[in-house]
Amino acid sequence: MALIELKHVVGGYGGAPILNGVNIAIEQSDIGVIVGPNGAGKSTTLKAIFGLLKVTGGTIEFGGEDVANSLPDKLVPKGLSFVPQEKNVFTSMTVEENLEMGAFTRTDDFRDTMRWVYDMFPVLAEKRRQPAGELSGGQRQMVAMGRALMSKPKLLMLDEPSAGLSPRYVIEIFETIVRVNKEGVGILMVEQNARQALAFASKGFVLASGQNRFTGTGPELIADPEVAKSFLGG
Amino acid sequence: MDELIFFINRVLISGTVLGSIYALGAIGITLVFGILRFAHFAHGDMMTMGAFIGFCIASILAGMGIATPIPIAFVVLPLAMVVTAAIALGIDKGFYAPLRRRGVPSVTLLIASIGVTLMMQGLIRLFFGSGTRSLYINETKEIFRIDMSAFGGSRPISITEPQVLMIAVTVVLVLALHFFLTRSRLGKAMRAMSDNAALAQVSGINTALVVRVTWIIAGSLACVAGTMLALDVALMPDLAFNIVLPIFAAAIVGGLGHVYGAIVGGFLIAFAETLAVFNWTSILRPLTTWLPFDLPANLALVPTEYKLTVAFVILVITLLARPTGIFKGISS
Repeated sequence: MALIELKHVVGGYGGAPILNGVNIAIEQSDIGVIVGPNGAGKSTTLKAIFGLLKVTGGTIEFGGEDVANSLPDKLVPKGLSFVPQEKNVFTSMTVEENLEMGAFTRTDDFRDTMRWVYDMFPVLAEKRRQPAGELSGGQRQMVAMGRALMSKPKLLMLDEPSAGLSPRYVIEIFETIVRVNKEGVGILMVEQNARQALAFASKGFVLASGQNRFTGTGPELIADPEVAKSFLGG
Repeated sequence: MDELIFFINRVLISGTVLGSIYALGAIGITLVFGILRFAHFAHGDMMTMGAFIGFCIASILAGMGIATPIPIAFVVLPLAMVVTAAIALGIDKGFYAPLRRRGVPSVTLLIASIGVTLMMQGLIRLFFGSGTRSLYINETKEIFRIDMSAFGGSRPISITEPQVLMIAVTVVLVLALHFFLTRSRLGKAMRAMSDNAALAQVSGINTALVVRVTWIIAGSLACVAGTMLALDVALMPDLAFNIVLPIFAAAIVGGLGHVYGAIVGGFLIAFAETLAVFNWTSILRPLTTWLPFDLPANLALVPTEYKLTVAFVILVITLLARPTGIFKGISS
């Protein structure tokens, strides 16, 4: 059984639906990547899973449980975490406080998890007392991921983690995502750097107009001439 | 020396007391703005309400013949804070929360809070009349006089017992709030939500709980500020409505959403007001012989009745020079 399964999800912000039947299934061992043109409903799909907009049709199951229209304070304890694309750190708070906020829903001792995050992002350990707003773009992205990992999620959702980063950091962030996945966290991410991201995706989803166009493993999609022509820029 | 003592008595002590009142009021406004993103106009009346609740409890105790070593208003303060916090929660649940659920713009909430202001003032007048009362129930102010003759002063530095208690209570509350915001899980969650509400929600922070805690803190601090103002002036229905402008100015000058900014802003406005209405002649008198002109009997920068303009002027200067306030506040 899939860790998360979306079946024919329809939803939007109240007006005309933006999602017109999205299907996604991810195992905990997977790295799922959603690609597609602007306005295809990629970010909207993640937001729909996270209860940030109204799902009016279809089902969203997480761990076999229907979670459609559940709010984040219910979803995070179930093992779902989300890194928004923008404004994804608490700028006035220190790096360590940002991580603590990621563990807000936990009542147990989370120091081990914090050590785990610092092991993964050593630069954050160095800057733990610094306000997150003073960090560089790449480091902020690490804080944002670290914050999301503090709840010990089964599935980590990332909205364009490489947006606005220099090429060096893009590679670093992607490498980190692969490493997080090897530690047993399922990944579902939206990416603008489609070709690069699909290269390491075990599941790829091409969305257009709020619907699945192509589904397959990342390398399969890259090899598909039609996908390459329409969605990966030739 | 006497001039310095006069300055301490008239400016330092009363400025500190007024600053404490403004700071506690401004903290509430800044917290509500930080979390809920609207200017809570009814905050002044929440202060007045708090003072009247204290008055009721104190009257009951005094009626039972209970005498306290310190002014009874301070003894009943914790209970009055709890009741005011409960009323603040009730007001939010009854008036602001339904509007928030509909996703109204923040100006609608501002207008709603003006409605709450009128309602609360009406209720207070309905129950207590429009007259002036004293929060000192069968009590006299004890005055501490610090003899300064050793330093060549002929007059003592005098400070009343309530003034000492007010300053002490403010220090304790501000420190408690500081530790709450920097050490506790819920306090940090409050700062997180003030910093970035959307991300706080995404992190799984129980935002409804944070809103409740905000009202509890804002309401109980308003009760303290109102009680202190009533002790400093007198208890009347429009008591704190008159200082809504200075406390808003304090919150804005300090940087909206910024608690320490509100404290700094509160003291800044209070001292500016106190200094502006201070009669400088009393201090300059020893220099009469060197001055080329005669000192007028009253040399104040602003007549007392125009005290309110001081807050306005500081507010305008801040908005022109540094729109986000001394500490960088939210510029929504």
